[in-house]
Parts: sequence; C-alpha cells; structure tokens
Amino acid sequence: MKKKESVKKTHYKVSFGDRLISVVTYFIYSIFAFVCAYPFYYIFINSISNNDLSKRGKVLFWPREIHFNNYVQTLGLEALPNAFKVSVARTVIGTIFTVVIAAFLGYMFTRETLWMRKFWFRFVAVTMYFNAGVIPWYLTMAKLGLTDNFWGYILPTAVAPFYIILCKTFVESVPKELQSAAEIDGAGTLRIFFNIIIPVIKPILATVAIFAAVAQWNSFQDNLLLITQNTKLNTLQMVLYNYINSASSLKALVSSTTSGASLAASLATAATATSIRMTVTIIVVTPIILVYPFFQKYFTKGIMIGAVKG
Amino acid sequence: MKAFSNKKKLRSYREFLYILPFIILVAIFSYYPLYGWAYAFYDYVPPNQPTVADPIFKWFQKLFSNEVQIKNTVRVLRNTFAISGINLLCSWFPMIFAVFLNEIKCRPFKKFVQTVTTLPNFISWVLVFSIAFNVFSTTGVVNEVLKGLGLIEQPINFLQSSDHMWFKMWLWNTWKNAGWAAIMYIAAITGIDEEMTEAARVDGASRMQIIRHITIPSILPTYFVLVMLNIANFLSSGMEQFYVFQNSFNTDAIEVLDLYVYNTAMQGGYSLATAISILKTIVSVVLLVVTNKISKKARGEGFI
Repeated sequence: MKKKESVKKTHYKVSFGDRLISVVTYFIYSIFAFVCAYPFYYIFINSISNNDLSKRGKVLFWPREIHFNNYVQTLGLEALPNAFKVSVARTVIGTIFTVVIAAFLGYMFTRETLWMRKFWFRFVAVTMYFNAGVIPWYLTMAKLGLTDNFWGYILPTAVAPFYIILCKTFVESVPKELQSAAEIDGAGTLRIFFNIIIPVIKPILATVAIFAAVAQWNSFQDNLLLITQNTKLNTLQMVLYNYINSASSLKALVSSTTSGASLAASLATAATATSIRMTVTIIVVTPIILVYPFFQKYFTKGIMIGAVKG
Repeated sequence: MKAFSNKKKLRSYREFLYILPFIILVAIFSYYPLYGWAYAFYDYVPPNQPTVADPIFKWFQKLFSNEVQIKNTVRVLRNTFAISGINLLCSWFPMIFAVFLNEIKCRPFKKFVQTVTTLPNFISWVLVFSIAFNVFSTTGVVNEVLKGLGLIEQPINFLQSSDHMWFKMWLWNTWKNAGWAAIMYIAAITGIDEEMTEAARVDGASRMQIIRHITIPSILPTYFVLVMLNIANFLSSGMEQFYVFQNSFNTDAIEVLDLYVYNTAMQGGYSLATAISILKTIVSVVLLVVTNKISKKARGEGFI
C-alpha cells in the first residue's frame, strides 16, 4: 500500500496552477467554516461575559469577565423550565410514535398477504405530495379538539410516509427466507415483526429516529397555529421567538428577576434583554450541537437513502 | 382446500386490521382536511355559521377584484417568484461547494468544514432568526466590526429594513442549507471511477481540467433532479423562514405566498386564504407532474 502511494506521487508533478487552487480553496473554506461556526461561538461567549459589556457590543472574540449568572437566572424564569419539559416530551413521545409506526407499516406494506396491500401503500405514500393548506388543517384540528392539546404535536406527524418508504425499502432488502422460515416455525405476523424484522432493520430505525427527533425539537409552526390559550404548552422554540420579538415583556421579565433577587446585583451580572436572549438561544441550540457530531453518519445515511429514492 | 384458502383470507383481513388504525390517522390528518376546501366557496367568519358565497367563485374573483387587492396579489407573487427564482438560479452553489471541498486533501480539515457547514441545517428557523438578531443587531458583532473599521458612523439596522430582502433571504437559506445539500454531491463524487481521474492525471490534465471534464459531468444528473424538484416546489417556499424574519418594516418585501395565506387567515380572511391555498395546490400539482414528465423524458425515470 505504501509503495503504491509513492509511485502515485512520482507519476505527475504539481503545477503552479494546481497549487494556487489548493491555497485559494483552503482560504475560502476556512471562511465558510468561520461563517457557520462563529455565530454560535459569539452568542456563547456573550452569554457568559459581563452583561454590561455584552449589551454594549463589546464582547466579540473572547469572553470577558466570565460568570454563569445568566444561566442561573434564565433557568429561574417562569416559562422556561416548563417549555423545556414540553419540548423534551414532544421530542421523546413524537419520535417513539413516528419510528414505531414507520417500522411497522414499512414491514406490513411488504407483506403480500395484506389485503389490498398496493392500494393502502399508495393511499399513505401519496400524502407526501399534497396538503390541504393551513386553514383547513387548523379547522380539522380544532374540530378534533387538538388545539391547545399536547397530542396536537404528536398525532398529525405520527404516520410519516417518507420514513415508511425508507423502512419498506430496507425490509425488502432483507432475505425473504428469514421470514418464511419463521412462518414455518409457526410465528405469526406480529411475532415476525418483533422478533425478526426489528433487530434486522435497527440501522435504518436509528436514522429515522434521529431525523424525527430533530424535526420535533425544531418544530415551530404547529405550536404557532395550535396553541392559542394554553400557553403552558408552548415549546422552547416559541418561548425563544417571543423573547426575541417582544422587547417590552422582556423588560418586565428582566426587572422582575433582578429587583427581587438582589438590588446589589452588579451591572455586570444583572440580566438584560440581550443576556436572556443569548442564554436562551444557547440553551435551545445545545441539544442539537451535542447530538449532531456523534450521529453525523446517521444523518448522512438518511440523505443518501432519500436520494436514491428521490 | 377451501378451508385453507379461507384461512388465508382471514389472515389477510387480520393483517389489514393491524394497519387500520394508522390508515385512519392518515385519513383524518391528510385527507379529511381537503374537505375544508369547501370554505373557499362559503362566506365564513368564525364564529358565525358559514353561508354559501354569492357568486360561488366570489373569493377567487376577489383576488383580482379591486386595485388594492390586485396590487397585493401582484406584490406577493413577485416576492414568491423572486425568492424562489434566486434560489433556483443559485442552486448550483452546493454543487460547486462539494466539488472544491473534494479537492481538499487534508482529511481532518475537510471533515471539520463538512461538520461545521452542515450543522446549521439542523437548527430551527427560530434559532436562525435569533442568531441573525444577535449578530446583526445595532450592538451586534457586524455593526461593531464595521464601526471599528471606520466604514460606518451609525449602526445599520439590518433586520428592520426591506432593503435587499430577497437577497438576504437567499443568504440565510444558503447559510442554513448549502452544506447539507452538498453532501449528496460529495457522495456522487465519491462514486466516480478513480481510474478515470488517475488516467487523466497521467495524461497531464490539470485539476481544473479534471473538474471540468470529469467531476462536474458525472454529478450533473444529480443536479438535474434537484433542479426539477426545485421547480416543482416553486410556489411552496414555506412560511417559517419568512414568518420569523417578518416585521412591520419589511412585510412588503418578505411576504411570500405561504406567509400571505397565514397572514390573511389571521386577519379573519379564512375563505380568501383557503381560495389562495387551492389555487396554489393546483399550480403545484401541475408543476410536479410536468417536471416529473420532463425527468422521465430526460433520464428515463421520474422522481415520484
């Protein structure tokens, strides 16, 4: 292997033009990486710096006078811990629903014994390509009592045609003998699903789970449309959006957290609208940043399979 | 024999019973709302009972009824076309991004760039907006740096103006999506036959020549499919991105079709909003069928 490499290198020499391309490429991609990474870093260092400096825009490249008071204060805000719970709950429950249903239907749609299999598969799959629009959807949800209701986050996305197709394709690639052997041994439809199919299709389930979880965590539109009265059901995304947009309510919040807590709270650590905004942003984005690098290969696999299908 | 086939039939019905609950969910959440299209043919102002519109196409006609409404319709369509158009015209960017990323030989650096640039795809538009707000606010880093360099005296209020709105929306969309979109091309490039590039190199081809004559031609089919999908979704720019960036200063330039439907509905125009949705769906389905046909003609298979 080593030898081959060296042979390769002597075969052609690097011209000036090629070297120039190298330098320019490295330079440009460093800029791209910086543009994508720096905003996260910028907000993070501001959330742990002297709040007064931060408010005046003086914290740009490294944290100044580090303190973690913002996190303590922000987590003490009334709306936040609750919104956090809602976001976690919908992510966990929603993901379980989506994954289990995608696996089960993906499997069932490969079973030739299923009554009108092709028709039902198309019945589900075609829903990827149309939707009734915001108003009819909202009115349906209202009729079903799913407005201001936690299940409004879960049920509409529980049956996800795209993930079902991914699972179906995967099940089809599993040797049929596995199923028929189990059938001869007397295993029923459900037994085969739990004992044979699930263990085999685990890799694709991981991909589906990670996509479904990110989608649930990030979901904002359903919150915006469905939650009108019961603000206890607002997710982190909604709370963050409100914090950014309603400067006036934020001010009230700021004074309520600082006045009682300690009048002696110095300018450096007292909450400001900026500090709360930045701290909440970091809190909302952290789960994604923690999850992403470790599961990158599952994400990448997801887009690949999707591409083959698409 | 008869008993046997009966048993088989029974099983096929039983299996249907297993999936029935999920079929019902699909029916309720995807098919049943279609019935709500009827509201486009009614006068409906909640909480009043809907009454049949007179004339029946009243709400469709309303879109072009008076000067103010026509102006609005044209404005919204112009925004939608402009933003989708810019996205379509610049859709080659992720491809070029992937091509040159592939030229980077230092693997850790490549991996780092790839990880960092795909990350924004996984944060919500609310978070993107929050980042925009923090970075571009009057005391944000951009204004501070510009001031520090002496380029501006007064901070610029980037988010509260409608200047270059279409372009800004494209920039944010690219910031969020380009790295992720590039992954597909990177995979396609990995699939290129090594021997072909090696042979070209031995023949003295420069890197640019290899890119032009080997790399790009081999990933063009992937690009073609994505362009087709882009065209099929031309009217569906989504509303989240524009909703979060919307404020009273920039509404005129940012209101795309999907957002307009939402805003209209919020002002009580349920019937009008539904009428717009219907028109949009019809056009979208036509676009989808047409692009799918084109794709079938061009590469022998559609994407549906």
